[in-house]
Amino acid sequence: MSLSEPVLNTSPEVSDEVRKTTCYMCACRCGINVHLKDGKVAYIEGNRDHPVNKGVLCAKGSSGIMQVNAPSRLRAPLKRTGPRGSGEFEEISWDEALELATSWLDPVRKSAPEKLAFFTGRDQSQSFTSFWAQNFGTPNYAAHGGFCSVNMATAGIYTMGGAFWEFGQPDWERTKLFMIFGVAEDHDSNPIKMGLGKLKARGGKVIGVNPIRSGYNAIADEWVGITPGTDGLFISALIHVLLKAGKIDLTYLAQFTNAPCLINATPGSPEEGLLLRDNDDKTLVIDRASGTLQPFDKEGVNPDLAASVDMDGVTHKTVFQHLADQFLSDDFSPEAVAERCGVAAGRIKAIAAELARVAFEEAFEIDQPWTDFRGKRHEKMQGRPVSFHAMRGISAHSNGFQTCRTLHILQILLGTVEVPGGFRFKPPYPKPVEAHPTPHCHSKPDCPLDGPHLGFVRGPADLALKEDGTPARIDKAFTWDNPLSAHGLMHMVISNAHAGDPYKIDTLFLYMANMAWNSSMNTRGVMEMLTDKDENGDYVIPRIIYSDAYSSEMVAYADLILPDATYLERHDCISLLDRPICEADAAADAIRWPVIEPDRDVRGFQSVLVDLGARLKLPGFTNEKGEPLYTDYADYMVNHMRRPGIGPLAGFRGNGTESGRGEVNPNQLERYIENGSFFIEHVPAEATFYKPWNSAYQKWAVDLGFYDKPQPYLFQLYVEPLRRMQLAAEGHGDRQPPDHLRKQIMDHLTPFPVWHPPLEDASVDTEDYPVHALTQRPMAMYHSWGSQNAWLRQIHGRNPLYVPTKIWKENGFEDGDWARVTSVHGEITVPVAHMAGLNENTVWTWNAIGKRKGAWALDEDAPEATKGFLLNHLIHELLPPNGDGLRWSNSDPVTGQAAWFDLRVKIEKVKAPPESQPAFSALKSPVGTGPATVRQKVTS
Amino acid sequence: MHPAPSVIIFTVLSGLGFGLLTFLGLGLPEATGWAAFFYFAAGFALAVGGLLAATFHLGNPQRALKAFTQWQTSWLSREAWLSTAALIVLGVYAFAAIFFNASITVLGWLGALLSLATVVATAMIYAQLKTVPRWNHWLTPLHLLTISLAGGAMLAQQAGAAAMLLLFAGAVQIFHWALGDRRFEERGHTIETATGLGDRGKARLFEPPHTGSNYLLKEMAFVVGRKHAQKLRLISFAAMIVLPLVIVLLLPMNPFTAVIATLIYLAGAFASRWLFFAEAQHVVSLYYGASGSNPPYQPSLSR
Amino acid sequence: MTRLPETTQKKLGLVIDLDTCVGCHACVTACKGWNTENYGAPLSDTDAYGSEPVGTFLNRIHSYEVEPTGGGCSQTVHFPKSCLHCEDAPCVTVCPTGASYKRSEDGIVLVNEDACIGCGLCAWACPYGARELDLAAGVMKKCTLCVDRIYNENLPEEDRVPACVRTCPAGARHFGDFADPESNVSKLTAERGGIDLMPEQGTKPVNKYLPPRPKDQMKDMDVLTPLIEPVCEEPKGFLAWLDKRLEAL
Repeated sequence: MSLSEPVLNTSPEVSDEVRKTTCYMCACRCGINVHLKDGKVAYIEGNRDHPVNKGVLCAKGSSGIMQVNAPSRLRAPLKRTGPRGSGEFEEISWDEALELATSWLDPVRKSAPEKLAFFTGRDQSQSFTSFWAQNFGTPNYAAHGGFCSVNMATAGIYTMGGAFWEFGQPDWERTKLFMIFGVAEDHDSNPIKMGLGKLKARGGKVIGVNPIRSGYNAIADEWVGITPGTDGLFISALIHVLLKAGKIDLTYLAQFTNAPCLINATPGSPEEGLLLRDNDDKTLVIDRASGTLQPFDKEGVNPDLAASVDMDGVTHKTVFQHLADQFLSDDFSPEAVAERCGVAAGRIKAIAAELARVAFEEAFEIDQPWTDFRGKRHEKMQGRPVSFHAMRGISAHSNGFQTCRTLHILQILLGTVEVPGGFRFKPPYPKPVEAHPTPHCHSKPDCPLDGPHLGFVRGPADLALKEDGTPARIDKAFTWDNPLSAHGLMHMVISNAHAGDPYKIDTLFLYMANMAWNSSMNTRGVMEMLTDKDENGDYVIPRIIYSDAYSSEMVAYADLILPDATYLERHDCISLLDRPICEADAAADAIRWPVIEPDRDVRGFQSVLVDLGARLKLPGFTNEKGEPLYTDYADYMVNHMRRPGIGPLAGFRGNGTESGRGEVNPNQLERYIENGSFFIEHVPAEATFYKPWNSAYQKWAVDLGFYDKPQPYLFQLYVEPLRRMQLAAEGHGDRQPPDHLRKQIMDHLTPFPVWHPPLEDASVDTEDYPVHALTQRPMAMYHSWGSQNAWLRQIHGRNPLYVPTKIWKENGFEDGDWARVTSVHGEITVPVAHMAGLNENTVWTWNAIGKRKGAWALDEDAPEATKGFLLNHLIHELLPPNGDGLRWSNSDPVTGQAAWFDLRVKIEKVKAPPESQPAFSALKSPVGTGPATVRQKVTS
Repeated sequence: MHPAPSVIIFTVLSGLGFGLLTFLGLGLPEATGWAAFFYFAAGFALAVGGLLAATFHLGNPQRALKAFTQWQTSWLSREAWLSTAALIVLGVYAFAAIFFNASITVLGWLGALLSLATVVATAMIYAQLKTVPRWNHWLTPLHLLTISLAGGAMLAQQAGAAAMLLLFAGAVQIFHWALGDRRFEERGHTIETATGLGDRGKARLFEPPHTGSNYLLKEMAFVVGRKHAQKLRLISFAAMIVLPLVIVLLLPMNPFTAVIATLIYLAGAFASRWLFFAEAQHVVSLYYGASGSNPPYQPSLSR
Repeated sequence: MTRLPETTQKKLGLVIDLDTCVGCHACVTACKGWNTENYGAPLSDTDAYGSEPVGTFLNRIHSYEVEPTGGGCSQTVHFPKSCLHCEDAPCVTVCPTGASYKRSEDGIVLVNEDACIGCGLCAWACPYGARELDLAAGVMKKCTLCVDRIYNENLPEEDRVPACVRTCPAGARHFGDFADPESNVSKLTAERGGIDLMPEQGTKPVNKYLPPRPKDQMKDMDVLTPLIEPVCEEPKGFLAWLDKRLEAL
């Protein structure tokens, strides 16, 4: 009977047309092929030619069709009619909306531009939004890095001129041992998954260090279920063992790092602890051949790690000797750290030994000659197949900056950065601190800011302080509280603006940041601040403008909504000036373009900013006659020049063949679209490794416009800018920290990394609150976005609190039980579930699954609202009072990174409430709710 | 398995109908004229009503005729043929009996055989499923058959046969429950064999594939509490076996007592059939975390 | 047609590598995306934005925790599951209408939706939960192994693989012909000891699962100890060692 199989068309038409653009279902920016039928999106798949994802696509990317058709999409500009937080709006026209915004912003700019606080969340156009803010003249601009991973980015830049993710990646083709710390499972997700796949196919090994064994840690060959916040201590112990055994790459350290530089040991001197320099400000090393002091980069110098120099009766020793003294201390022996880390001493030793074995016993060379910055030609490239990756898990602690630094030091001691098999930078990185701007904060009425907002401070002079020493920025970034806050502190903006500390603002302008829900600590408090009124009955934060494509919780708290287009309906620019999509072997950038037209009265936010810029007659957006320079964002992408020959897009410049530098090409966007919406330029073979020191790479980088002259540099085991802050705290220099911060600066801004317990441990009774509480982002969701997606919300429609076996048994929990979880700040009552692969003192949940009733076009009884929950209610932006009359920030004292993961709680079984607590009243949905049944199909 | 009302009603009523038709076909009682009309009307109403109820279970009932095509391999298809054949044959038999007062014995016997075969075919739909160990046993057809015949005997007012059959059906029911309770474990299906992870250690569902529900969970991951099931077993056994037996043995058999006994029996049979489904564990529940006394993932619960 | 073919010319199927799957659900939605737009009725989602969304998915990822028999820490295993295209497919033979069939050409098990009455019996017969009745269309849906991709002449040759395989970021899914001992899937299965799910059901699944490699083995220090032997006992000795080493470079 099998003969009568039905006739099947096995070659159906896939689509009428394929349009290639860039995904925006998360921050990875993969290339996608959007298949259209009858002008509608029918199917989305990965673009095989694309440098980021090479054809693959994650769960979110493949569900893009449900995002583009989501019922939660905003439909038209909205003006608030009810009280803030109610969700009551009226639809208005774009003209009315833009006139209204202009009428609010223009007086601010003409009188006190700092009274505009413009902060963007999941913004992928920061070089543009910051340019707008700079031209507006407000110092108050940043994106969401301050509560994301600024510790990681900053520690990386200061130590080695780049960090993980956008900055670099393992040499997936050659690495044999890959160690991954605390990675949020969605970050750089497709590239990491692809890399892990390659590694596994070759039989390579993965060591996962994470309190939670999910995702990448599930496939790790070794799982280290570390106690949260102790990674720095654990890595210090690895360094201790490796140093003690001499398993370090001395050649690498001598040639490419500041290990042989000499630390000024003159007691009490304003130079104490700084590196010895010559008159040209070059750091000095001792040449091992001649025994003389020489500038580090002099041709033929062979820097000596073991030397010291006596000057004026003081012995100045090398950075390396100081480093060895610190890490060889018994304080860092595996036995000394084991209990605190929750990792057995034998395991620490075994991991150190495995690192040593692979780095040195499996070392290899590739036949690729290259020339270093000292002019020395090397016939081969030395490979060490050990690589590392880390992300928010180690970053979002109050000790995160120094933990990240410690990890980089481990990488550098093993000689595995920018070598075959190790960790590699992606152009335009590596880029040392010196190649980055310093922060700028000097605002004047009717005038652009004096320079870019964000940057890397070299010392106290670069702090964003006013003449009187008070913070220049509303978020108090770049102040003595957190001097290296390179990404700003978005999480402090609302509470500072509400408190009028350091000053009051007029307008809060937010883009894609769900601050009234999952993007804030102390969510309830933030909602109260946004709706709080003063004695006159006016809102304490007078005006709030918000742009989002979807009906998020934050929408209800704004006075004016500028509805954004979805990612398939807009232009975007993933620029080398910003957070590009490069690979270790290539520079690359990309665009988005409207592959479909919006069916609603919405506009891409960047085009709206161009329009507002013209209405406000901002320089940079208008010419001398006050006429608009750009019609929309697409026009800006093509025609804007940041520096001569350098625009937002590096590809197809000039006549279409020039890369990096070149004149404006009016057909540039067409060329991008023809090329799959991206541009890629490969690194020459001679330049592929040793980039910071490789003459060929330096030349190539200058050719492409990453910098204007070669700037080779040394990796900074010892970070001088931190020491300069300490010198100020010791009383040197004009700019002095307030007395109450001197000790904090001395303790935490150490030029070699030190480990401190997370600050929350010191301010709460850890016996009362014995449990660590974490969140992770699932691979199939991005922030709060997934819940509006009919497919994705079925995967994660609620989030239990995962409880380890020990606590599960202690409390007699069973499936279906609920628990009250209490922190020093607040309490929540939530469903629990058992997880065995979990640090025994840690509980966790998936992040941002819990939703406010009425948001995201979901029914009010959606499980996201009734059973989902946020841990945010337990976290405060400030530490609890400690009796000194001050409220200390719940953040890293170096960078201000929000210390989400320091959270300590206690947990007890309770009777199941009708829904997760705290529960909030329903918002009125400005878009209604979605249809009951979805049958997604364009044609049948 | 989800105790869908449509399937419970179908199997119980059509079982009773074909049970009755079996006796009528055998000439027990040998009714003609109006008596035959009422007997056969009852038998056909139950059998056809049950079959109609079954179509409510279908996603596309308008294509139900296609179910006749696969008799070579499919018990469901065979059931369709057998039931239709039984109804046609006995329809002719009934026609003759009602309108011509004629008992065409051969047709009657054939119809009875087809009716029995229909009940067996229905039972085989369940008994063939290796995926539901509780059902996958020769006792299952015997169970459905004895229940059906006992009911049929009562409605046919065959007191002696009814008593014998009720006793037999009761015994089979008890065996079916007792054996069924051990069946899943005996088959050796575990979450470890389901996942192939047995050689690593003891497996446990950590996260369900989706927090949302799905067809499989709704259809095959039904959970009934042990205590609740025990109580229902007692009730169903009392109603389906004990009380009808008492009536049949102690009261004179007439249409009234037959209907009363049958109605009580039906209440018990529905409960028994509800348990037949509710207590049947499908092996797919292993993938959703069922093990030993642990139920599979339930989206309605907190997790 | 519900009679199974005696043999099939090819045995197309998947190898799923449990040592590599990170549980990202990429295959789940890529499958949903392709199959809602293509073969047969769309994969519907009822109560899509409500309190109990129920969607049809042809591929789902379970996650398990395994407590090792000999002690040690728990292991997490992500476990994608879709139709295994069994050689002895019980879902086919139970079908009353002939809608379910196994192709003699390549062994793919399919549902001819025009003939499906939606009785659900095939889903009952499947031990693996591979079939889901679409609540909106009332027909049985299952993995087609992307039969409308793998031979599709409108797709570039390299894309003629199931959507789940094409999208899998970690490369944990492999597609090929198990009838060919030289195929990638046959070789992987042989090398890595690919296994059948619930072999006791006798379904002879075509799809194979590669078990996770042994985990958490770095406890035994003996082999590795020499690698971290201290170069000196005293901290001061370190500088002497350093100087000696630098001299040797």
